[in-house]
Amino acid sequence: MAVTLTRGPARVDATGAGPHDRLAALRRSLVRNLRAHAFLIGALLCFVLFTWYPMIREIVMSFQRVHYGETQWVGLANYRQITADPEFWSAWRNTLEFTGIALFFGFAAPFVAAIVINEFRHAQGYLRVLVYLPVMLPPVAGILLFKYFMDPGYGLFNQILHAVHLPTSSWLASRSTAMPSLVLASTWGNMGSATLVYLAALQGIPGELYEAAELDGANLLQRIWHVTVPQTRLILSLMLMLQVVATMQMFTESFVLTGGGPEGSTTTVVYLLYNYAFNYDKFNTAAALGVIMLLVLGCFSALYLWLERRGREE
Amino acid sequence: MTTAAHSGATRTLVSPVRLAQPRGRLLYRLTLALVLLVTTVAFVGPLYWMATGGFKSSQELVRTPPTLFPTHPATHAFTEAWSRLGMGGLLLNTVVYAGGALLFQLLFDVAAAYALSKLRPVLGNVILGMMLASMMIPAAALVIPQYLTVLDLPLVHWNLQDTPWVIWLPTVANAFNIFLLKRFFDSIPNELLDAAAIDGAGPLRVLWSVVLPLSRPILGVVSIFGVVAVWKDFLWPLITVPSHETLNVGVNTAATSMPENSLIAGLFLASIPTIALFLVFQRNIMAGLTAGGLKG
Repeated sequence: MAVTLTRGPARVDATGAGPHDRLAALRRSLVRNLRAHAFLIGALLCFVLFTWYPMIREIVMSFQRVHYGETQWVGLANYRQITADPEFWSAWRNTLEFTGIALFFGFAAPFVAAIVINEFRHAQGYLRVLVYLPVMLPPVAGILLFKYFMDPGYGLFNQILHAVHLPTSSWLASRSTAMPSLVLASTWGNMGSATLVYLAALQGIPGELYEAAELDGANLLQRIWHVTVPQTRLILSLMLMLQVVATMQMFTESFVLTGGGPEGSTTTVVYLLYNYAFNYDKFNTAAALGVIMLLVLGCFSALYLWLERRGREE
Repeated sequence: MTTAAHSGATRTLVSPVRLAQPRGRLLYRLTLALVLLVTTVAFVGPLYWMATGGFKSSQELVRTPPTLFPTHPATHAFTEAWSRLGMGGLLLNTVVYAGGALLFQLLFDVAAAYALSKLRPVLGNVILGMMLASMMIPAAALVIPQYLTVLDLPLVHWNLQDTPWVIWLPTVANAFNIFLLKRFFDSIPNELLDAAAIDGAGPLRVLWSVVLPLSRPILGVVSIFGVVAVWKDFLWPLITVPSHETLNVGVNTAATSMPENSLIAGLFLASIPTIALFLVFQRNIMAGLTAGGLKG
């Protein structure tokens, strides 16, 4: 941390003055602290109300149930109920499937895009703007657009596939292709921000490294693998964690495009949580699911923080 | 020509010597053309389809093969979308939510970051640590208790549902904002503040006339993030402001009951504000994103 400059009161103390002065110093320090906390109070209250208190409340709630307006402690009953629901396991499977595919594409696509864009001496600005454009859409607009593209009948995608004599797909309408289709829509809408982050990282790689690698006879792919990847490793690992945590919370795409179907194949964990609370009216069971989510994603986040710290020490 | 363009830039993957050779130059131009074509089709294509879709009739929209230009361009889908979606109201709601959220974030988060960075009260570091720790919490997992909290605020028992407060206040609890601001304030030398203090300026005055004028870049970044986050949020406004919907939620609610061409016209109308904002402030947004989100 930065060196703290001790101001005002400490200097008075150092002169070794009498008890009267010490009292004045104490009062001054008190005033200084009160003032500082006055600056802090607005944000602090919001954190207490909307983050810290809800977090405790969620844990407490998950061990309780409301019976005819009366709150009772029920031990692990909510956890037993949620884990006994077959939808619980399928929701985790679906979420992991989305995360897996989204990482495969959503992680690779922006990195490749950034590497390619970074090579160009022309049109870099144009390409950046282009890739970032969908990020600025209201997500629902971008997502609904894909509903039309992915229509099995008249949808643009199938028409294009048909025109080039490739097999068409049923996209959102079938169990097996629904999730990958959601990934496609989501990647299109979100890859812009990751691309810009990678571009910034790529621009920090010293050119001599590439030169040296080339002198050693490394070809293009080898240069990417031995120079580009290690040089951006920290950013890559951080973005990986951020993306895992973000994609594990996927809700909007399913809610807007598939309603969790077909046959529950796109019901994610957050979607299930939403259903329990707002469709089945079981807030306490939803809270138990929330706690489970906190634990699972907390592990991922802890890993992220650990990586960040390790990276900063290097 | 190519050499002149990149002589100042640092070397990247492909060596400039290779690029200067005839074969390299040809390959470079081919790749550039291909990438430009593919990205334009992939990223502008859907937007173009959306922009022109509203001018088509519903029958034309589902025609195979699709039409590139509307055959009989008509604007009634736009007027219908505007009235069916209640676009004016949605837009107003979203602007009020985003504007208020921005104001509260700037007010409270700047004050807090200033206190944590420069005034350094007792327990300041503990509070900062607890705030930063909340960055690890996946937002969606806390939605249930947060929702119950805003229905009946502790101690005062106010129900904030369907009021703008329910959007405004939670956005203040943004650890990333405070982190960015505090880090920026940390880089402002204390001597500068001390000099102002010796001239008789109180902490508020120092913040207002010394710290803030120096912090314009980071304030810009925080503002952009703040507005965009509210504009794009879905789950929270879906459950907390059901009768004063945001653009994002409102479009989805109306989606199932609208003729296709007016829905697409609606999507286009809903996209205009942020796209316009982005194209106007493109340079600042890009610079802010890479500078603010990354270093350190």
